[in-house]
Amino acid sequence: MTAGGGSGEIEAAVAGVFREEWGRIVATLIGLTGDWDLAEECAQDAFARALQRWPHDGVPRNPGAWLTVTARNRAVDLLRRQAAGAAKLREAALLEAASGRGSGAGTADGHGDGEDEEGREADAGVPDDRLRLMFTCCHPALAFEARVALTLRTLAGLTTAEIARAFLVSEETMSKRLTRAKNKIRNAGVPYRMPPAHLLPERTASVLGVLYLLFNEGYAAGSGTDLLRRDLTAEAVRLARLLARLMPDEPEAGGLLALMLLHDARRTARLDAAGEPVPLEEQDRTRWDAAAIAEGVRVLEDALLRRRPGPYQVQAAIAACHATATTAAETDWAQIAALYGVLSRLVPSAVVGLNRAVAVGMAEGPAAGLALVERLEAAGELGGYHLLPATRADLLRRLGRADEAAAAYRAAIGLAPTDAERRYLARRLAEVAGPRAP
Amino acid sequence: MRYMLLVCGDLPAYEAMQADGSFLPDCRAWADEMRRRGALVETGGLRPPDDATTVRVRGGEVLLTDGPFAETKEVVAGFSLIECADLDEALEAAARHPVARHGTIEVRPLLPA
Repeated sequence: MTAGGGSGEIEAAVAGVFREEWGRIVATLIGLTGDWDLAEECAQDAFARALQRWPHDGVPRNPGAWLTVTARNRAVDLLRRQAAGAAKLREAALLEAASGRGSGAGTADGHGDGEDEEGREADAGVPDDRLRLMFTCCHPALAFEARVALTLRTLAGLTTAEIARAFLVSEETMSKRLTRAKNKIRNAGVPYRMPPAHLLPERTASVLGVLYLLFNEGYAAGSGTDLLRRDLTAEAVRLARLLARLMPDEPEAGGLLALMLLHDARRTARLDAAGEPVPLEEQDRTRWDAAAIAEGVRVLEDALLRRRPGPYQVQAAIAACHATATTAAETDWAQIAALYGVLSRLVPSAVVGLNRAVAVGMAEGPAAGLALVERLEAAGELGGYHLLPATRADLLRRLGRADEAAAAYRAAIGLAPTDAERRYLARRLAEVAGPRAP
Repeated sequence: MRYMLLVCGDLPAYEAMQADGSFLPDCRAWADEMRRRGALVETGGLRPPDDATTVRVRGGEVLLTDGPFAETKEVVAGFSLIECADLDEALEAAARHPVARHGTIEVRPLLPA
């Protein structure tokens, strides 16, 4: 027990453990009570109680255990209070047995003495239910957007209002989405567990997909957008780190974490002072986060040692090729082209094919890249996707076919979804067509 | 928990089932397997909506309509009431059902009795 500090210090201490402990507490309480709303309410209550008690009693040695026990005692009290029937009483009794708290140990107003349990609890170790929670939140019987919202609410501890803001919907809409998902889990009998072995590959893909979406939502948000939206990236990395730790035998979990770390390492160099995107080859590589790159490469190497490659590991390997090149000219494009070849066999997609064309264009020359682009065009793929004419334009420009390049840049500008991309393409167009175009 | 598997399909799905030689034996094998596990409460196929009569009572008067309640392309063609530990078990049972290859199976949990 440390000496009680000022209220600012205590608030900082509570905020510090919140991100780490919220998901663990909610996961434990759902495991004990099966009641998602009760779990959230009790977790909230435990943090509120910490703000009340820690200024007087000091911050406990093991804040997580203190919070978990306090939340659990609160759940016992709530279940007792609403114990209308024998079933609820039984539940409360079972919970008491699980918490090791004798009857009458807590006072009637719910001031269960978390700290008294703390020593015992800290070493006994509360089982980590977060993996069960993660898999249940990402159950494929739930709509994808519900999986995302539920993961942020129950594992990351974002409020409904925060999640609503991050996904640009009203709080009411988000609240309904969360309530509906929790109701379905309860009413349809979605099991709260790690899926059995035969379901694991498909379910793991769903969890990885949710975390990758969170990362991309945050990563795609520009500097002018809501800070909260960018925070999604940090939440995604945190959750991916947790997943990789809890599933050490799943190389794709490591692959996803590595992919996120390697992309996130380039975050500050991606936009210039005016908030305009800076293409990879023009980025100031001294601004890349060397520690994040080193960690990403290490995590990726560990994953690859398992010799079960998957799309996230391959994408991370591509990101590592870029991240470890000291200059753009030193980029190992032949390796990247080969990796895109592997990726297109794992997940056949026209977008992967386009990226492969870019890499081949760098490794073997613009004519080889253009041949692949033309094959995609002939297949009628990616119609309406601005990066198809943009890629074509870059390859034509490098071949010295300025007029055709200009026409392709104009086509790309017409399809580009954001102002920033239109401005970037217009600059490129000016290089081949002169400053007065278009 | 009990789940109702509502076996649905449209006309092309129905025709595909007719053309699928192993369809009926597979349906029987599915039901036998579910029975063997003690998971099958009841199962049955329905005659087509052409044979349906819709009943309403309004102001004490019984109103009968020839045909289904709603004209839709997808119709309920059969059902299986199953008993499972959880949704995962029910979804796996539905995925093994031969109808799932052609039509669709809606998995609906029953209200507690």
